[in-house]
Amino acid sequence: MEAPLALLIGLLTGVATWLMLSRNLIRLLLGFAVLGNAVNLLIFTAGRLTRDVPPIVPAGAQAIEGAFANPLPQALVLTAIVIGFGLLAFALVLAWQAYVRLGTIRTDEMREAEPPEEAKP
Amino acid sequence: MSGWYAVAPLIVAVAAAAATTLAHAAPRTQRALSLGGAFALLLAAVALMDAVWRGGMIVVQSSNWAAPFGITLAVDTFGAVMTLIAAITGAACLTFAIPEIEERHRRAWFHPLSHVLLLGVCGAFITGDLFNLYVWFEVMLIASFGLMTIGGTKAQTDGAVKYVSLNLVATLLFLLAVGLLYGMTGTLNYADLARTIPTVGNTGVLTAAAMLLMAAFGMKAAVFPLFFWLPAAYHTPLVSVSAVFAGLLTKVGVYALIRAFTLLFTHDVGWTHQILLWVSGLTMITGVLGAAAQSEMRRILSWHIISQIGYMVMGLALYTPLAIVGSVFYLVHHIVVKANLFLIAGVAARLAGSMELKKIGGLYRAAPLLGVLFFIPAFSLAGFPPLSGFWAKLILVRAALEDREWWIAAAALVTGLLTIYSMTKIWGEAFWKPHPRGDGAAAPLAAAPAAMLAPIVALAACTIAIGLFAQPFWIVAERAAAELLDPAAYAAAVLGRLP
Repeated sequence: MEAPLALLIGLLTGVATWLMLSRNLIRLLLGFAVLGNAVNLLIFTAGRLTRDVPPIVPAGAQAIEGAFANPLPQALVLTAIVIGFGLLAFALVLAWQAYVRLGTIRTDEMREAEPPEEAKP
Repeated sequence: MSGWYAVAPLIVAVAAAAATTLAHAAPRTQRALSLGGAFALLLAAVALMDAVWRGGMIVVQSSNWAAPFGITLAVDTFGAVMTLIAAITGAACLTFAIPEIEERHRRAWFHPLSHVLLLGVCGAFITGDLFNLYVWFEVMLIASFGLMTIGGTKAQTDGAVKYVSLNLVATLLFLLAVGLLYGMTGTLNYADLARTIPTVGNTGVLTAAAMLLMAAFGMKAAVFPLFFWLPAAYHTPLVSVSAVFAGLLTKVGVYALIRAFTLLFTHDVGWTHQILLWVSGLTMITGVLGAAAQSEMRRILSWHIISQIGYMVMGLALYTPLAIVGSVFYLVHHIVVKANLFLIAGVAARLAGSMELKKIGGLYRAAPLLGVLFFIPAFSLAGFPPLSGFWAKLILVRAALEDREWWIAAAALVTGLLTIYSMTKIWGEAFWKPHPRGDGAAAPLAAAPAAMLAPIVALAACTIAIGLFAQPFWIVAERAAAELLDPAAYAAAVLGRLP
């Protein structure tokens, strides 16, 4: 099961890289979203995919016997999803603000902070 | 019991953020709470430093989950020093902010965001877990996004777009490396990683993860090919915000680099640290040359952040005990000096009317004391004796010479020289030459609020103290470096006597 997921992660990373190379801010952010999902899948896969019992110790026992599904990557991915969602939401609002204030969503046309015509000493 | 010392800075910062949020409708109360929170954080950090200095490393297992299973907080001397210096910077910049921020800035949640930022910074220094570090990075990042855009000018929006997008990429690279490391070792606890990494057979993948982390932390630290977001953004926000950013944020990246490449990835020093050495040299040179081409105070200083980061990475890259001492010393010296220079630039612009060097002048005649206050951090930055920067550079250059890395020593010295050029440029343009609008155009120092001058004087006093009484700081840095170079002791302190 790991191999197809690894291929999927590679595909998503490729797509994301292509999107992020764009000068269009919206494409950049879409690339970020896709890459975020690729990374989350990678963490999930890195914890090894096992179809075993849930990691719950039965009543009266001290430990689970035999193999069990690894819960830690899911906790990590959950945290990463929440954080990624927050960052993406902020970035989208910022993109909207940039469009309203600067009148463009092309990153190479945003030259307010570093104006091109400044005189060099 | 000593565990409370490690948790206290975090509790204080959370409490300050919560209290200032609740007091949002009452400006005076919020301001008082914010200042009180900043100084309480300073106290907590001093207590932490004291406890670590007396009792050695402090380890906290949250909820008493044993080490590799729960989230570990672990503070060694290096972590405690960084927490203390972060708290000092926070207190100084928040004091400066009181007269600077206007009602509309306050309403944009300046105070709560500042405390969340300090929370993230302190958390990153205190944690002992790689995933937890990621979470603190994000806490810091989201607060810095908010602070960056307070004011809402066009330049700020532009700067924020670049700052946000490049930091998002760095974040994902970091997470990618975390995933790969977890897949290889099954753990993310620093100490457990330090124990497990040498047993990983596939060093190729391990080095790949190390390089991903290097790129991610390097982007945060603004090292050579990855620094472009910094000069695009750091000169745009409020002065107190940019001073905190300049002092602390990139240094969290440097801290993470030092932590990762002393504790975790020492399996292939010839490869990883050699890359770091090249990166550090190029960072120094490009940073200082970039600064030479600028003519706006904060943009000059922003480029100098980059060149100074090179020195800290250089100490890590040389990877000898003396060089690591140099890195730690440089970090402490640099944070104080750089934050102070941004604050002084803020006061200078307030008195003379602009950050643009072409539009101002006559400050020495109008406010000679400000000239003295500028002189101290500026020439400390360039490395003049007996100021703090001299000792920091001396240690690093000496470490480079002992290691027979002639070219990096040369690069460090040339960068120091070129730094003098930039500093004398600011001195000559802003202070020495007459104001383009005539004699009375620059206001005297009395026109600046006392709350702006007090932190500048305090930070300048720190710089002088580090310079004149370098010995105690050297001893602290030496102990921090000795601990950094002994990962086995770190692992033993966190994991106890595991087989």
